[in-house]
This record gives sequence, structure tokens and C-alpha cells, in this order.
Amino acid sequence: MSANNASDLPGVSDRLAYNAMRNWKERLIETVLLAAAAISVLTTLGIVYVLVSESFHFFQNVSIIDFLTDTQWTPLFDDAHFGIMVLISGTLVSSGVALLLAIPMGTIIAIYLSEFANPKVREVAKPILELLGGIPTIVFGYFALLVVTPILQFFLPSLPGFSLLSAGLVMGIMIVPYIASLSEDAMRAVPMSMREGAFAMGSTKLYTAVHVVVPAAISGLAASYILGISRAVGETMILAVAAGMQPNLTWNPMEPAATITSYIVQVALGDLPHGSIGYQTIFAAGLTLLLITLVFNILGQWLRAKYREAY
Amino acid sequence: MKPLTTEQIRAVIAKGKFRDNLFKAIGVFCLAFALLVIVALIADMLLKGAERFTLDFFLNFASRRATQAGILSAWVGSLLVMLVTALAAVPLGVAAGLYLEEYAKRNWITNIIEINVTNLAAVPSIVYGLLALGIFVYMFGFGQSILSAGLTLALLILPIIIVATREAIRAIPAMIREGSMAVGATRWQTCHYHIIPYAMPGILTGVIIGLARAIGETAPIITIGALTFIAFLPPVPFSEIDGGGSAGLFDWVMSPFTVMPIQIFNWTSRPDPAFEVNAAAAGFVLMVMVLSMNAVAIYLRYKMRKNIKW
Repeated sequence: MSANNASDLPGVSDRLAYNAMRNWKERLIETVLLAAAAISVLTTLGIVYVLVSESFHFFQNVSIIDFLTDTQWTPLFDDAHFGIMVLISGTLVSSGVALLLAIPMGTIIAIYLSEFANPKVREVAKPILELLGGIPTIVFGYFALLVVTPILQFFLPSLPGFSLLSAGLVMGIMIVPYIASLSEDAMRAVPMSMREGAFAMGSTKLYTAVHVVVPAAISGLAASYILGISRAVGETMILAVAAGMQPNLTWNPMEPAATITSYIVQVALGDLPHGSIGYQTIFAAGLTLLLITLVFNILGQWLRAKYREAY
Repeated sequence: MKPLTTEQIRAVIAKGKFRDNLFKAIGVFCLAFALLVIVALIADMLLKGAERFTLDFFLNFASRRATQAGILSAWVGSLLVMLVTALAAVPLGVAAGLYLEEYAKRNWITNIIEINVTNLAAVPSIVYGLLALGIFVYMFGFGQSILSAGLTLALLILPIIIVATREAIRAIPAMIREGSMAVGATRWQTCHYHIIPYAMPGILTGVIIGLARAIGETAPIITIGALTFIAFLPPVPFSEIDGGGSAGLFDWVMSPFTVMPIQIFNWTSRPDPAFEVNAAAAGFVLMVMVLSMNAVAIYLRYKMRKNIKW
């Protein structure tokens, strides 16, 4: 109290005035730091605001029923159709291909590194995996289109130049490091005593890994898979480069197709006027994408809460 | 149950060992395959792009003729965008991390911020592009400029820097704070003279990893409408400009631009195979940039783990 009034009082030492200044400065700094932390909340609000407000204009012109059930996506033609299923199918097929590769491979690498490899191999392999995770996706896109597609065409002559298959496979390779690294962390966190218990009962290493360590680490594994799914669904450049950009309602990975993300890129590359319906479609597509990732994340959190085991 | 004979027990053990070894082989194979892909990727770009690694490639603008095209505007653009990103994201991220670790009380505001940071890390990068298109480009009127791109990428890597800062601060033992406060330091003085300097290596690691991520991001920058063909550089401060007069100190932030990943995308999507060579060469340059940044970060982390003992 006295510190606050110190400066008004005559004859009070400068030191109290200095303290008052100091308290005021502390308060100010705390407020500035809080403001910086609040930027993250503002970002979320900004994302929701932009996507919802532009999509709102979009849905004034296009009914939600059409949006969800139409089987054509031709927003820039005169005869415009807005069936988001067309883009969702491309997203799901490419993500499916990627995850079919990435989840088994990532899990095997994680089990190997955590349960079988000697510490030296692990010390070297983990940083290299992290490096692999840092490679820009546009480089993977180049790789998918100009290296992987020709190799696949050698085995599957009917594969077109753009396909969900080659984009999906490269996307899988891109996701492997995330899954391997996170799953390995989760399995290493399982206490040694559990493994020792299993070994004492005569289990082999593999049996211990599969029947003791993996169940104990399952919530961490689920979290890594969910991250992998989010990456796959939101991946853009590999698909924009290697999967072709024409909308195509298909469940066949051998065909080219547009995804939600590659459609946004395609529109952004062109020159659509601000406020036109074509401009609004990318926000409706973005909102759909965000909702899909949100659903997977909520599912992941629910799974984690359900199967979480604490030691 | 009948007890097993010695032979049967040996057979069971042999089967178990065989399965262990089989799995080990599969594990090594998967790991080797993943590593092989990086090697193949780098080797392919290096070999295919080798003929373009001349000084001209770095000093020429984009061109319709593949052999004369270069990456000058792309690498300059990437550097300038990274400058804006770092200037925005580093102070914000460190301040936010510091607040959450050192100041925040356990209340609902803190909870909301923490949940937010976690969830933002899972938002696809192209959604940040849409955010920037709506807010920075049109609402704030920054247009399709270096400023818009830099701020977009800053928001994108903010969670990475916040998390790294928090982890670095959390590793500092409480006695450091207690010692500082015992001699009369305020909270901010403790942060300024102790917490921030000691957390610096960890923060730096996070910043480098974040910037390495940002420099390779393509989708959000395409979304805000970066041009793919730029044959000029942003105005140098105080230089003469065509219309007369001289450029201001910050004119470059509002300039149109292109960046390395967009240049690669542009060259990759052209049908003419001559441009594939350019794409390979530019891709190799980008890979070297990103991988060396990551390697520095990993090295820093390794050093840190070895040196610091409280």
C-alpha cells in the first residue's frame, strides 16, 4: 500500500518511489507476456472466424444438402456443382494409402528401436529419422512425380502419370518418422520392471514387445497414429504435384484425383476475385478439412483417455 | 498336462529365437528402407541437378528458357520471409512460453491457452494460409507481400517455439529462481538474468527447427497468392526506384515475392523435362538449407544434454 502512494508523500525516501516504479514495471511486463500468450488463442479464433464467415456466404448460395450429396465438383464451370464428397474421396484414398504404409512401418521401426536395437544404433537412427521428418513436402512431391511414379509404372504399366497411389506412398514415407519417433518415445516410457517380469516368465523379446510393451504404451501409439492421420489429411504439396488436380469421385488409388488441399492450391494459383463464389469455395473446403482433422483429434483424445495406463 | 521333454523345450526356445531374429531382420529392413529413401532423394536431385550448379543459377532470375533460369528471386525471397518470420515468431513465442512457465496461475485462462497451443500444432498448414488470406491479405490490407507471408509462417511455427521454450525453462531447477529471489530480484529480473540465458540453447534449438519447417512450407504461401514468376528483387532500402525518389527503409516488406518451394513447384509442374533439371537443382539447394538447419539444431541439443549439469 505504502509503495503505491510513496511518490505523493513528501520526504519519503527515493527508494520507496523506486519500489513503486518497480512494481508497476513488473505488472506491465506480466501483461505484455500474457498478451503474447493470448496470440495463440487469437489465431484459433481468427481461423474459426475466417472459415465460418466465408463459408456462411458460400452456404447462402449453395445448400448444405447439395454440398454433402452432389457427386460432381465443378465450381468454376457455368454449370456449377459443389459436391464436396468428390474432394473428400481423394483425401481419404490418398490418406488411406499413406497410412497403410506408414502405420505398420512406423510401428515396426519403433518396436525395433525401443526393444531390439542396441543403444548405439538408436543414438544414430533417431536423429536421422528426425532429419527425414524435416524434409520439405515440396521435395517429396518432386520425388513422387519424377522418381516414384516412373518406378511404379515399371511394375504397373497401366498407372497414369498422376495417381493417388504414388502420392500416397510417398506421403506414407513422409509420415513414418513421426509415427516411429513418437511411438518409440511411448514404448521407452514403459517401466523396465514390466519387461523383466515378462522375461522372468520365459517370454521371448518379441512376445514381450507385442504382449506387454505395446499394450502398455497403447495410448502413446494411438496419439502417434492420430498425428499421422492429421498429417496425411492436411498434406498438400505432394498431392498437388503428383496426384493431378482434376476432381474425380473415385475409391481407386490408381486414378488421379484432386483432394481438399490440392483444390485449395489450384484455386489459389489462379486469379479469383475476392468475394466471388469460387473464392468462397476454398474456405468451405478448408472448413471441411478442419472439421475432419478435428474429428480425428477428438477421437484420438478419447482413445487416449480410455486406454491410458499409468505406472 | 504332460511335462515337455527336453527336445520339445529346445524346439520351443528355437522357435522363439527364430521369431525374434525374423522380427529383428524386418525391423532393420524397414529402417534401412526409410534411410534409403532419403539417400535416393538426395542422390537423385544432386545427380539430375548437377549441371545447374553454377554461379549463374544463383544469380539469375526465373526465365522461360530452362538453361538460363535461376533462383535469385527465390532465395532472396525465402531469406526475407524468414527474417520477418523470425522477428515476429521469436519474441512472441519466447514471451508466451515464459508467461506459461513462470507467470501463469493455474486458472481457466492458462488452461485455454495451453489446450490451444497443443491443438494449433495439429492444424494443417494450408488452413493457416486461408487464415492469412482472409485476415492479413484482405482485412489488414497487407496484400500478397513478404509481410503477409512472414506473419503467416510466424503463426505456423509459434507452437513449435512455445513448446521448445517451455521445455527449456522447465529443465531449470527451482533453486535457481529461489536463489535469485532470495537476493531481492523481482520475477522479471529473475527471468531476464537467469531463466532466459539458461534456457537459451533450448530456445535456439526450437527456433532453428521452427524456421527449418517454415522455409520448406509451400501450401500456406501459395494460398495467400505468392506469384510464381518474379523477375525482380524487393527494393533495397534507400535505393533509387524507377519512378524517381528512393525506397524507404521498410518498402521491401510490402513487395511481391516468390520463395524457394514455390519456384520448385513451378518448375516441377511444367511439362518440359528441361525444367525438371532446374527443379532438381533448386530442390537440392532447399534440402541443403533445411537439413543443415536441422543438423545444427540436433547438434545443439546433443551438446546441451552433455554439458549442462545443475
